[in-house]
Amino acid sequence: MRNKYKNVPDSKGHFGQYGGRFVPETLMPALIELEKAYKKYTKDKDFLKELKTLQTEFIGRPTPLYFAKNLSEYLDGPKIYLKREDLCHTGAHKINNAIAQALLARRMGKTRIIAETGAGQHGVATATGAAHVGLDCEIFMGSEDIRRQSLNVFRMRLLGAKVIEVTTGSKTLKDAINEALRDWTTNVVNTHYVMGTVFGPHPYPLMVREFQSVIGIEARQQIMQLEKRLPDCLIACVGGGSNSIGLFYAFLKDNIRMIGVEAGGHGIKSGKHAARFAGGSLGIFQGCKSYLLQNRDGNVLGTHSVSAGLDYASVGPEHCYLRDLKKIEYTYATDKEALKAFDLLSKTEGIIPALESAHAVAEGIKLAPSMSKNSIIILNLSGRGDKDVQEVARIKGINL
Amino acid sequence: MSRISDTFNSLKKKGSKALIPYIMAGDPSLDATKQFVLDLESAGADIIELGVPFSDPLADGPTIQRAAERSLLHGTTLRKVLKLVKEIRTESDIALILMTYYNPVFKYGIDKFVAEAVKAGVNGVIIPDLIPDEAQDFIRLARNHKLDTIFLLAPTSTQARISKVVNAATGFIYYVSITGITGSRLSIGKHLKDNLNLLKSTTKKPIAVGFGISNPDEASAVSQLADGVIIGSAIVKLIAQGKGIKSFVKNLRKAI
Repeated sequence: MRNKYKNVPDSKGHFGQYGGRFVPETLMPALIELEKAYKKYTKDKDFLKELKTLQTEFIGRPTPLYFAKNLSEYLDGPKIYLKREDLCHTGAHKINNAIAQALLARRMGKTRIIAETGAGQHGVATATGAAHVGLDCEIFMGSEDIRRQSLNVFRMRLLGAKVIEVTTGSKTLKDAINEALRDWTTNVVNTHYVMGTVFGPHPYPLMVREFQSVIGIEARQQIMQLEKRLPDCLIACVGGGSNSIGLFYAFLKDNIRMIGVEAGGHGIKSGKHAARFAGGSLGIFQGCKSYLLQNRDGNVLGTHSVSAGLDYASVGPEHCYLRDLKKIEYTYATDKEALKAFDLLSKTEGIIPALESAHAVAEGIKLAPSMSKNSIIILNLSGRGDKDVQEVARIKGINL
Repeated sequence: MSRISDTFNSLKKKGSKALIPYIMAGDPSLDATKQFVLDLESAGADIIELGVPFSDPLADGPTIQRAAERSLLHGTTLRKVLKLVKEIRTESDIALILMTYYNPVFKYGIDKFVAEAVKAGVNGVIIPDLIPDEAQDFIRLARNHKLDTIFLLAPTSTQARISKVVNAATGFIYYVSITGITGSRLSIGKHLKDNLNLLKSTTKKPIAVGFGISNPDEASAVSQLADGVIIGSAIVKLIAQGKGIKSFVKNLRKAI
């Protein structure tokens, strides 16, 4: 695993020109403390053993790499494998990171953890981690997301977390992060902020990548066992970008095609989307330098996606860096395409994907005709769609 | 010597402390902001902080968040605030500081921003989400144009952070009185005194204290510990309620 790529981020959290730390001074000591703890415990035998045990016995790892035979035949194209993160405990990859950060928080002597959530998956995962580790937990969630993900709100409350409704700004994920950062600034002495994606100030993009990289490490071993060769293409959806980095990271030295799929919403021209690469520009937001959907005065634009988990104005800084290096391609799927993929995977395979993951499936559908039948795609099925069925029914005009 | 340093020096000679009010530019309008600046000056302010609204003000509490939202709705931009400063300069020489977040400045272009801000008559800048570690280019440009770069310290700051901020700050050091966001409740206790004494033993640069100071009594207590007192949310709240700010600021002046 020795290549140029291994050297990022630098000691200040820069991935080339991206990343860094853009936070109020009040938080700096906490970020430095977190960085030290992260470095210490990811080399600590007891920590690693506890994490490994939880991955196996609590999360249910390794998750299967499943050959989607019906979908592959239906598309009459390459062999499509699904990395089944939807089978993780709590229903998405988010738990990989949340449980690890909860363990870290306890070792740092914190008594309370907080998190933001969009789709609710990271909120549920953090509430689960807090319940398991025995920490107080508060989750910040925009009122718009509370409406469309009411099931997850109830799950968080069942798990003993307090869900705090955020009614400022666009009332979605970005506003929940602002509120979480304000809370952290106020309660930093006893509180750890469990950021849910490869975003924010250093060391979060590095730390979350590390905790999610288990996805790709497993997938690489599994495909070598099943097919005795590497895949031709990897596909994953990109909101903040943690499931995609999680899958891609172990394959970066292999020089295979990797595609990140952003939320195209109603299309780029409509302005109602969350495709940062197709429609954004360089900016500084919520702790790091990255691509950002913003107006000419540097104010952050509202975003739209059918998928709450992809509905975010910026993207993990490492993705920008990998895009510049041409290691990963980025494209987008519209709401319509994602909903079609949601239906298709449900019917052909008996797997209801999360609307986020359905964006990756949509790209698989588009790509399949151009690839030979001998080729192999691994598609990250980052979460299950149970949380989305109410919203999909609403969109279809069906009263449940 | 910068306008801001001059202000602190002459106050020191008089045995007085700096009164530094904050208002949000464009709330309720840019014309009103201009009048507020003149009112603040005549009521005894020494330095004025003008907020430039940003869509995601993560260091601010609800009062200033809402002021920023209102101001943005009226179409306030960094460009327009610089124009406002130019207009204010035809009537007032008071030291002016812009307080905003890094993205509007970054998007404007830091070279262009520093040059145009100084040309318009801005004396210093506070950007709460720009820490010295990430500000090397900005500091270099600001030094070239003699624009003061005011950085913040907080109760959580370690000795290493204090040294870094003290080195990078010009004009004054902004000491955040509480571990929190703007408009939080202040507590003037042993902690604040100890922290400020530690800071004073590290630097000769002026120290102004802000976040949570909401009335003349608190202003008076803080003024005995620092070189300047910053009052933001309390004034922004009066403006939001459509009340005058002059008598409140006069009372603050008397108190410090």
